[in-house]
Amino acid sequence: MLTRLTVHELGARFRSGEATPSEATRAYLDRIGALNPKVKAYLTQTADGALAEAAQADARFRSKCPLSLLDGVPVGLKDVFCTRGVETTCGSQILRGFRPPYDATVVARLRAAGAVLLGKLNMDEFAMGSSTENSAFFTTRNPWDLSRVPGGSSGGSAAAVAADLAAATLGTDTGGSIRQPAAFCGTVGLKPTYGRVSRYGLIAFASSLDQVGPFGKDVADTALVLQTIAGHDPLDATSATIPVPDYAAALSQGITGLKVGIPNEYFIEGLDPEVEAAVRGAIATLERLGAEAQSVSLPHTEYGLAAYYVIAPAEASSNLARYDGVKYGLRVPGARDVIDMYSRTRGAGFGAEVKRRVMLGTYALSAGYYDAYYGKAQKVRTLVLRDFQRAFEHVDVIVAPTTPGVAFKLGEREDPLQMYLNDVFTIPVNLAGLPGLSMPAGFTQNGLPIGLQIIGKAFDEATILKVAKAYEAATPWRERKPELEAR
Amino acid sequence: MAEAKISMKDVDHVARLSRLTLTDAEKERMRRELDGILTYIDKLRALDTEGVPPTSHAVPMTNVMRDDDPRPSLPQEDMLQNAPDGSGEFFRVPRIIEESGGEVRNGERC
Repeated sequence: MLTRLTVHELGARFRSGEATPSEATRAYLDRIGALNPKVKAYLTQTADGALAEAAQADARFRSKCPLSLLDGVPVGLKDVFCTRGVETTCGSQILRGFRPPYDATVVARLRAAGAVLLGKLNMDEFAMGSSTENSAFFTTRNPWDLSRVPGGSSGGSAAAVAADLAAATLGTDTGGSIRQPAAFCGTVGLKPTYGRVSRYGLIAFASSLDQVGPFGKDVADTALVLQTIAGHDPLDATSATIPVPDYAAALSQGITGLKVGIPNEYFIEGLDPEVEAAVRGAIATLERLGAEAQSVSLPHTEYGLAAYYVIAPAEASSNLARYDGVKYGLRVPGARDVIDMYSRTRGAGFGAEVKRRVMLGTYALSAGYYDAYYGKAQKVRTLVLRDFQRAFEHVDVIVAPTTPGVAFKLGEREDPLQMYLNDVFTIPVNLAGLPGLSMPAGFTQNGLPIGLQIIGKAFDEATILKVAKAYEAATPWRERKPELEAR
Repeated sequence: MAEAKISMKDVDHVARLSRLTLTDAEKERMRRELDGILTYIDKLRALDTEGVPPTSHAVPMTNVMRDDDPRPSLPQEDMLQNAPDGSGEFFRVPRIIEESGGEVRNGERC
């Protein structure tokens, strides 16, 4: 079955002529037709465009000149990326019907590499959430248990890879929105260093935290997609000019002598015992492979979440000011003046969580509260960053659980604060701008995936990928797939 | 239960700053939920941050300059195609400035 193959396996079949991009694209479209009604990963499908792009890729393989290792590979995109002429909603009613006039840089780079775009994937509205339950349209289901959430905000991107509804996907991670759904869905997901990947054409949530990254069926695929999208972009002033290394070359190196830090503060009360056992098991495996594990301390971990829930909403309240019913998207009729039009449009177009965060951010930035909330949170951010800097004086990577627990049931976390607490282990990495990856480290007794988080130094995704590859090669988790057809 | 951190008056004020029309039910829920979140955020006060500089971006960045070369922009037509009320080469909005002695048009177009 072509949809089970990794990007690398699929590419090999294209090159040998055993399969064509059109065959792979049709296989994915058929599978999406059969299983997307259950998983609900896609918001928009672009079948006609995909078949046309695949036919062009067929021709390139026939003439033995494919564009890249991603040529002809069917991929999906979180609906947060602008795609020229293809509806882009960001999971929100306020952007319903919006057809961007240009492609995001990461989309342009995937297209230039020959990738075939299957469609746009569901997400929490404006990437605010941890379950896709905040999507204005519907909730995506976890392929391992359809009564559970896939995580979020990039839940559609994670579920699509886990359910073989795309060969690879892109998501974004502001406080854990790639790593947490990757953990819940049992895929590999990588949040690169802040600045590693261009954000031009990415619909902004919190600009000092947002970063684009890949989901893959395995570590090598994830590395390949990162290779394709990483690097400086003159259209994004925050993208770094630091050269992008050869990630594939890093994968084959061993981890003998590599120093792995285990943060005491991530093994706390409230951590699911099955998650803890799996992560401790993974650390033992890394030691068996030659790595040296040692304790590190990240003492301000417990304050990261509180700082994040000031900083991210503050930035969001500013970024989301652009949704005013003028340039694109929804406009509510019948307003008495322009301010009334803005207010009614935003009141009708934003969902509850987006309104909550805009209000929280506006409050934290308003006169009289700025120093107490925003100023304080920025100082705490410095303390979180220094924690990591000190730890990385002694170790090469930090290994920890991605989340305190596994995928929860739909509707189980109604209180916003309970939902936020789910991100306690992922948020500090965003505050510090560091790269972090989540990958499967086993399953609970109930068959739900458990995520292992590997955190690296700034711009050192290569070492993370090296560790992840070594662990993947030594463990059987990648072989296990959700059984969707039987249900 | 500690004293409420945020009043209904605060909710009204912040909603106005945020340009958000909220229903009465939304306002009450918002007050309760923001109160809970702000109470949680208050744990930051326990930390001594005297002399700690603020971090706005984790990766140090200063102004990024580029050459001042004119380049083509996206066509005006493309940029207007998503407008809920486009008119020729303009975005049309309800009246913003009140005419002296005149009436504000009731925005019947929008």
